Amino acid sequence: MEKKAVRVAYGEALVKLGQTNDKVVVLDADLASATMTNAFKKEFPDRFYDCGIAEANMVDMAAGMSTMGLIPFCSTFAVFVGRNYDQIRNGVCYPKFNVKFGFSHAGITVGEDGGSHQAIEDIALMREIPGMTVFVPSDANECHQCVEAAAEINGPVFIRTARLATPVYDPRPFTVGKGTVIRDGNDCVIFTCGIMLEHTMEAAEILESKGIRTALVSFHTIKPFDEELACSYAAKCRKVFTVEEHSILGGLGDTVASAIIGKGVEKFRKIGINDEFGQSGKPLDLLKEYGLTGPQIAETILKDL
Amino acid sequence: MDIQTLESYAREVRKDIIIMTSKAGAGHPGGSLSCTDALVALYFDVMNVDPKNDKMPERDRFVLSKGHAAPALYGTLCERGFFGKEEFDKFRQLHGILQGHPDTKKCPGVDASTGSLGQGISIAVGMALGAKHTGSKSRVYTVIGDGESQEGLVWEASMAAAHYKLDNLTVILDHNGLQIDGSNDEVMSLGDIKAKALAFGYDVIEVENGNDMKQVLDALHTPPCPGKPRYIILNTTKGKGVSFMEGQVGWHGKAPNAEQAEQALKELEG
Repeated sequence: MEKKAVRVAYGEALVKLGQTNDKVVVLDADLASATMTNAFKKEFPDRFYDCGIAEANMVDMAAGMSTMGLIPFCSTFAVFVGRNYDQIRNGVCYPKFNVKFGFSHAGITVGEDGGSHQAIEDIALMREIPGMTVFVPSDANECHQCVEAAAEINGPVFIRTARLATPVYDPRPFTVGKGTVIRDGNDCVIFTCGIMLEHTMEAAEILESKGIRTALVSFHTIKPFDEELACSYAAKCRKVFTVEEHSILGGLGDTVASAIIGKGVEKFRKIGINDEFGQSGKPLDLLKEYGLTGPQIAETILKDL
Repeated sequence: MDIQTLESYAREVRKDIIIMTSKAGAGHPGGSLSCTDALVALYFDVMNVDPKNDKMPERDRFVLSKGHAAPALYGTLCERGFFGKEEFDKFRQLHGILQGHPDTKKCPGVDASTGSLGQGISIAVGMALGAKHTGSKSRVYTVIGDGESQEGLVWEASMAAAHYKLDNLTVILDHNGLQIDGSNDEVMSLGDIKAKALAFGYDVIEVENGNDMKQVLDALHTPPCPGKPRYIILNTTKGKGVSFMEGQVGWHGKAPNAEQAEQALKELEG
């Protein structure tokens, strides 16, 4: 199967968008070759602004540029949502300015750079800001759809992308705020987002082979969240598991928990990073270390069932 | 507009500041009174704005980076005709358009929401860059505080302003020398702020008395220096115009009571 990092697709999607929408400008903070905005820089040098190693200023500059009718996409590492938080909250979201954030290198699959560079709290920080749309594309094709959708939304949008090359699936229908049913089942349901799709698909197959009919639903949009779909599967399967490459605090798991509370769920478990920081290592070794490979996810679920 | 008329508008705005803050029982009169002359000069004589069409695309932009001086901005916008004085009653109150700090979603004539220090100048840099990008003739003005200049973001923004040669940007420093915990020098000295601004690539003008309308106008009307952002140091007095507030750090974020307000208004009437 073809593999491509979601961040690479982000760079390509920006170029595609730039060809049809001349209001789109791209800002980066000296990471264009990592966030992949260099593709846009090469194609549209006059619409690319390097802000230097000054992320806070990049975000507020984008805020100002948006008031002149432009659609700025800012990019840096997802771990810097912390360093940019005030600018994203007060500079962009409070006035509801039309700024997009394509932040890459999210999660522990950043790998060797280690825990200082592995964002495990970015979904939590972004989804709690009023008016923010939060996308977590699961593969390259979905990233294209998220970037296109972001340009159509009048307001702030956060797109979380990963560094690691991951499988590219056939394009699926895409609607902002709607989850995607990957497979149906009624014994248990796994809710996931981002590049954990690959590993939850494997987990679901393992469970299926043991006679457990497992539903799998992927959410490219964490906010606005598809509560209806989450609730219908929670009510049908009654055993609910969430899997994310993010802290179990404040991310997809808590989003699902808030949505399905009171729906008669018998079992609920959040699988992700258990309130700890990451560390250096090869991406796949790290997934194993934190219990996020397909077989480990299946094992955790089996224990609960 | 002649100096006397502008000075009388400045007097009215100062009265508005006293009325607003005393009614609300809260707000920041000191730093509002220090930058009043600059705001009046900008809105009545320098900037291209239309109160009846506050979103006019070709308008000049203003960002009050020291957002806590909102009463000065609200007074100026009101005197200029953006909204009526009845709004003063709802300053800092539920459902009011005059929020504690400027809110672009709620208040006509406000181009950016500010209050988190350091951000306004950075947003203004983005506006100026956006104007260049789109070929707009709009000029962008921002008023920053001296205490605010302790924020690193002010200097990130300054570096970008020079890098992108934003000669359509004017940064105005309201240098009243005081901040919440004391004088700048006691809290965190700015050092040689003029030398710093020059080193960051600004074209710098220092105004000896930033509360003197003529001096302020002369600085604001100085033609831009091609390829360089402008930085105007206004040496001002915190609490300017009200004897018991002038130069007093205690009036940074404290509203006058009814009696104090009455005295202040009497002084401002002259």
